[in-house]
Amino acid sequence: MNTFFQLFVSGLATGSIYALAAIGFTLLWQASQTINFAQGEFIMLPAFFVLAGTQFLGLSFPVAMAIAVVLSLLLLGLGFKRIIIDPLLPHGVLPIVIATIALGILMKEGVKQFYTAEALPFPALFSDRTLNVLGAAISVQDIAVLLIALGAVALLQLFLNGTKIGRCMQATAQNPNVAEILGVPVRRMILYTFLINAGLAFLASVLISPIYLAKFSNGETLGLIAFIAAIVGGFNQIRGALAGGLLLGVIDNLSAAYVSASYRSAVPLILLIIIILVRPQGLLGKAEGRTV
Amino acid sequence: MTKRALASIAIAMALSAGLPNISWADTIKIANVIELSGAGATVGSNWRDALKLAFEEINAAGGILGEQVEVTDYDTQTDPTTSRAMVQKAIDDGAYVIMGPIYSGSVKVNMMVAQQNGVPQLTGAEAPFITDMGNPYIFRTSFGAQQSMPKLVKYLTEEMKVKSVAVAWVNDDFGKGGRDSFVAELEKNGIAVNADVSSEVGQADFAADVIKLKSSNADAIFAYLHEEESARLLKEIRKQGVTQPIFGETTLMNQKVVDLAGEAVNGVRGHVGLSANAPIPGIEEFAKKFEAKYSYKPDHNAIKAYMGAYVVKYVTTKNGKADRQAFADALHGLTITPADEPGILMETSWDDKGEVNRESFLVEVKDGKQTVVSTLPKL
Amino acid sequence: MSKRTLATLVAGLAILILLPFTQSNYGVFVLCSWLVYSISAMGLNLTLGYAGQVSLAQASFMGIGAYTTALMTMAGVPWPAAMIAAMVLCFVIGLLLGYPALRVQHHFLAFITLAFNALVVLVLRNEEWLTGGTYGIVGIPRPELFGLQTQKPLAFYFFVLALFVLMAVALYAIIRSPWGRAFKALRENPIRANSLGVDIRKTTLLAFAIGSSYGGLAGSLLAQLTQFIDPHSFGLTISLKVLLMVIVGGAGFFFGPILGALLIVLAPEFLRFTEGYYLMIYAVLVIVLMIFCPTGLLGLVERARTALKLRQNPNATTWEAGR
Repeated sequence: MNTFFQLFVSGLATGSIYALAAIGFTLLWQASQTINFAQGEFIMLPAFFVLAGTQFLGLSFPVAMAIAVVLSLLLLGLGFKRIIIDPLLPHGVLPIVIATIALGILMKEGVKQFYTAEALPFPALFSDRTLNVLGAAISVQDIAVLLIALGAVALLQLFLNGTKIGRCMQATAQNPNVAEILGVPVRRMILYTFLINAGLAFLASVLISPIYLAKFSNGETLGLIAFIAAIVGGFNQIRGALAGGLLLGVIDNLSAAYVSASYRSAVPLILLIIIILVRPQGLLGKAEGRTV
Repeated sequence: MTKRALASIAIAMALSAGLPNISWADTIKIANVIELSGAGATVGSNWRDALKLAFEEINAAGGILGEQVEVTDYDTQTDPTTSRAMVQKAIDDGAYVIMGPIYSGSVKVNMMVAQQNGVPQLTGAEAPFITDMGNPYIFRTSFGAQQSMPKLVKYLTEEMKVKSVAVAWVNDDFGKGGRDSFVAELEKNGIAVNADVSSEVGQADFAADVIKLKSSNADAIFAYLHEEESARLLKEIRKQGVTQPIFGETTLMNQKVVDLAGEAVNGVRGHVGLSANAPIPGIEEFAKKFEAKYSYKPDHNAIKAYMGAYVVKYVTTKNGKADRQAFADALHGLTITPADEPGILMETSWDDKGEVNRESFLVEVKDGKQTVVSTLPKL
Repeated sequence: MSKRTLATLVAGLAILILLPFTQSNYGVFVLCSWLVYSISAMGLNLTLGYAGQVSLAQASFMGIGAYTTALMTMAGVPWPAAMIAAMVLCFVIGLLLGYPALRVQHHFLAFITLAFNALVVLVLRNEEWLTGGTYGIVGIPRPELFGLQTQKPLAFYFFVLALFVLMAVALYAIIRSPWGRAFKALRENPIRANSLGVDIRKTTLLAFAIGSSYGGLAGSLLAQLTQFIDPHSFGLTISLKVLLMVIVGGAGFFFGPILGALLIVLAPEFLRFTEGYYLMIYAVLVIVLMIFCPTGLLGLVERARTALKLRQNPNATTWEAGR
């Protein structure tokens, strides 16, 4: 039982990281039918902005973080939308898939070429002191990451449901044409979504990197898992992505311990296939009203 | 339809006519066939940078036999099939010696091409099978695992009195190769393997792995993973308060792991074939030069490449000509000492299979520093 | 087929026959990889370009084909039997995977095939007793034809070329058959096609299965070309690479995947001088291509031609000016 609890708690902590990455996927999908295959790299990059600030420019950590937020919003939010997504949107999903895969390669190789191929330690935002909770070892950092992920989702839901801009964004996601007729500035709403995604990517990056270490290739594994989490949870629901992320984190640990370590990564894949066949809208998703 | 067909053919012709066909020039051509992208990019970059450093030094000092050395990088993309094509290309381009690659899976495939064409190859790979295939052109730059694992197991049985071990390894050809040699050596010595835990490259959460290691009640834990995964595993081991001693081979005690995992590495012990922290003047000086030029710390792969470059220089100079067959013949059974060639860093011998023999180290990480406990003599 | 088309094709074939004699061993190897990947991309083009289904599992079918051929020929089964078995197996697995998967269609099919590809790689790595595990299989024999060995690069090139031509002709016949026309009708307007009596699900399923068996053949040729296979050679990145070939060349154009494969296979050769920057430049080129020409290079050619015709005959509608 102790073992199970330990696996469960550790899985939740890792899963909350997956969830942060997965939320971005669902946001972009809702707002603009963008499947972002570079999402993993979006989370890899901001940590390097911070490191570049502290190591090369000699900035203090908080200043470097502030600059990294701005850079992330500009490049991963505004730039990504203006330069890549806007021109591609009229051509459907496939060119976007290809272009974002290429973008992922570009970001990965860019970091490797201009920064380093080595993994770098990243300063922890929270103490990694270990607490003993009901026989399971869990660090302060794990708890903080979990709380921040939950907090981010709660805030987002509040924002989307409780503010005018939020409701306009939802309207845009549900039916851009009607929203436009009703006077919603659709283009600006879509931009907000991209900015939120960039902000979440930054948040995920600084939370993950102390645990995961900053490395150019981090996005490869992370992107795929986040992607699976988003689909399993529900591609069109923020809380679906949260549930999907947490579920994958826990399932990964449980299957490694109780099924087979060498097939641990097969379990999420099989889950993905079953979910798509049985409940394509995802565990918590609503059936899509819009034909794609 | 017609025009489209024509256009495709025209483009095909234009493009393939452009396939480069470089002929011999009066430089010595070294082909660096190495992992520059994909999973092996980190180790490959270390190797490439050190190789570049060595040949720049050699060229600045007048080259080899008065000729300048020209190093060309061929990226294997950490893919065996690509590596095979790259070796073929290097040979078509007129390579005198092929350096690399490091991944054993790639070497297994491409060493046959080098053999068929009689081109010597200095590899960074450590899997045992490489020198067992009767290939007279393959040479290692570091120990094969069948040499390092016995040294480690001997230490475990004789000094640590270990009766059972739990093994954690990464499930790719690096991890599998190390795990297989280690387990085979354990069985030979009658030591039980209480747990055999595989993990994935890029795995984030090691909670399940550590639970298995912990509950195995083995006398010791042996971990054979890449640097980042090693760091994550060690952190989780400390988090769950595991008390068994932890051992490793080369990678686990790497400076990189120390940088990444901090205090969690303290107390880890193991065997190291080559180490940038070895108390050897040549290696210390190399590490200093490397860090000054590239502003990061070299790992053992960098040392392999640096030594390899000087092997090429020493043997060619000794032969008095840049001849591939003469090179391969001369290196079999050769011993090079730092007195002969300072760039070799440590006295090293090659046997008739291309296997390397040199001193190695037992180390322990203390206060975030790899410290040498004892130096193991040549076999 | 007009006389001019025929003449062009004959000329093209002549070039393909003469070209390898001007190349080094490495050059011939590159040409072989191009033809092999072309076969795989042609198959995916049938699924994607004609039947309109995004599959990210083409590399897994190449893997299944490669392992089938390798294991069978190394166990002493004659190579034609092994290669046919590889194609049939991929066809059957294509049917089995496609049957449930095509219920969901579009991006969901892409997700399912993506997961399938990753699963196949895991099985190839973990079932060591059968597949040799992470180390792969070395020493796959090349076929012997009428007593002729194809061990030499040039001989093997002609073996690959012959199969390439055969598969291209077969594909052309499929697309030209009434059944192949149904594919096209399906892609342009599924609802109308359905009302005209096209069984959407059956037609798409067959397209997917045939596309998969093309992948299987490409895989078995790849195994013989490199004489080595390991699970990593058939990972998701390879599926994406084949997808890229189809898109870059032009999905839905007969010569699209062949042109796309040529560019993707040769890209590292032309960008090698840029050293460490080559993957970055490659990525930028792909992004630029997607932005300015999402229908691929042949799409670009077609657009230019339509524009030209429109200028010559301003009264024609775009539809008339097209094919």
